[in-house]
Amino acid sequence: MKVQGTAHRVGDHIDTDAIIPARFLVTTDPDELGANCMEGLEAGWGKRLKKNDVIVAGENFGCGSSREHAPISILGAGVPVVVAKSFARIFYRNGFNMGLVLLEVGDDIDKIGDTDTIEVDTEKGEIRNMSTNETIKCAPVPAFMQEILDAGGLVPYAKKKLS
Amino acid sequence: MPQTLAEKILQKHTDQEVTGAGQIVQCRVSMVLANDITAPLAIKSFKAMGAEKVFDKDKVSLVCDHFTPNKDIDSAEQVKVVREFAHEMGITHYYECGDVGVEHALLPEKGIVGPGDIVVGADSHTCTYGGLGAFATGMGSTDIAGAMALGETWFKVPPTIKVEIEGAPGKFVGAKDYMLNLIGRIGVAGALYKALEFSGPAVDALSIEGRMTMANMAIEAGGKVGLFAPDAKTLEYTRNAGRSGDETMSADAGAIYERVVKIDVAGMEPQIACPHLPDNVKPVQETEGLQIHQAVVGSCTNGRIEDMREAAAILKGRKVNPKVRCIILPATPAIWKQCLREGLMEIFMDSGCIVGPPTCGPCLGGHMGILAGGERAIATTNRNFKGRMGSLESEVFLSNPSVAAASAIAGEIINPAKL
Repeated sequence: MKVQGTAHRVGDHIDTDAIIPARFLVTTDPDELGANCMEGLEAGWGKRLKKNDVIVAGENFGCGSSREHAPISILGAGVPVVVAKSFARIFYRNGFNMGLVLLEVGDDIDKIGDTDTIEVDTEKGEIRNMSTNETIKCAPVPAFMQEILDAGGLVPYAKKKLS
Repeated sequence: MPQTLAEKILQKHTDQEVTGAGQIVQCRVSMVLANDITAPLAIKSFKAMGAEKVFDKDKVSLVCDHFTPNKDIDSAEQVKVVREFAHEMGITHYYECGDVGVEHALLPEKGIVGPGDIVVGADSHTCTYGGLGAFATGMGSTDIAGAMALGETWFKVPPTIKVEIEGAPGKFVGAKDYMLNLIGRIGVAGALYKALEFSGPAVDALSIEGRMTMANMAIEAGGKVGLFAPDAKTLEYTRNAGRSGDETMSADAGAIYERVVKIDVAGMEPQIACPHLPDNVKPVQETEGLQIHQAVVGSCTNGRIEDMREAAAILKGRKVNPKVRCIILPATPAIWKQCLREGLMEIFMDSGCIVGPPTCGPCLGGHMGILAGGERAIATTNRNFKGRMGSLESEVFLSNPSVAAASAIAGEIINPAKL
């Protein structure tokens, strides 16, 4: 998958309460959750996200709760990919299960500035920064996770297995 | 090949040979758990997968503990979805209303989880059962839906950090302080993707409740599991909970650890996690004098009977500061009744506390204790993320039950020794 959009920088240890606070967890609707994405980081922050934009995060993105509402709200806000220095474990698994692509970039994450235009190639593990003309390499999506993504997420993947 | 405790438990549940960290293994699960926030999504995914029945109606637990008693129409609708699914599937372990307790206190108490088990739960604090020697870990709803349908799931075998704890603690210092101290040392990502294995004389001396308090917060260091080798004390606990056939287990001599962290608890002060991350840990004296508006004693971290006794010992014969709301939430109906029997309820009420039903409510800013802007709470809960308990302009400090109770009386954070 190739995604081109605006990069939105956030810091280290962005927790799931920041991505979608508990008061919004009375629904499972992606649009409603998407409308409140990042409300726990800063009121109204999510409004800046447009379709195909990319969240660019520091270390341990998605730490905290197991709420799958977090990746659903990011997808609901139109963001198909998050690139980070590292991800929290439960969030990492949830992301792929929901079809949200997550790429771990390590320290090179700091080469991407807020509002830079970037293109992410998830299969090659490559991020082209059009604003700086720089290409950052990272590990591509692991084969096992790619299988889940190719199926369209864990639901269709499991459906195939159950039939 | 010598195995860590995590590897040994995974090995028990798979036909593959567990060879070491990084390997992906498919394991049968002993118990699958979801709550009123995560189960509705799991049920949606379960149905979308085309599943018609759960793999084993005795091995799925559905516990409605977060927004219950239901705080509004939307949460009532969510619980209705869970209730109807539980009835449709004939789920044995379905809990709400007067039967419900905070899931991670309830399941061990009822003997639903135990040593050597693999437990997956759609709740990050599922790792609590590591206190009983279970490989227990949090996942999302869809993963849980898969496990509910298939009875198995995949794991990446985690590398293990061994934590050796020694020394005798002073008064008002215990399991919560050991864990906060560890998280302060290694950081909120210090055990990312890894297992924590606790050992040493101070761990052996801990009660099973104390071990569960520590295992509960493994996720606050990013950990996949926080494991205690099940010993004679564990078997006594699970026998009392109605289980039979549990066995002791320990890591093999010569097992490979990624690193060893040693902690000496002799002379340790009560530990406080300051806003807005659980690794911002300081000894209590560095936070003393900070005015508080709310104190909460409860949650899956510290809502068990020992915690209630600790808080009551401080509150007995004293009055909560008139500027503070002190909320006490015994974590299960059995703990509630035990508090009644031991006269703790009277102590709480006489001192001016609010005693609530078992609920996760205030811990996640759900209900029954939401903070306004500019307010500060001290809580025995597990997370102090920005806005966790309410307003983005509020603050949460984490502590053990004695410190929380003492601070409720003083109106400011204080070492109980100074009351």
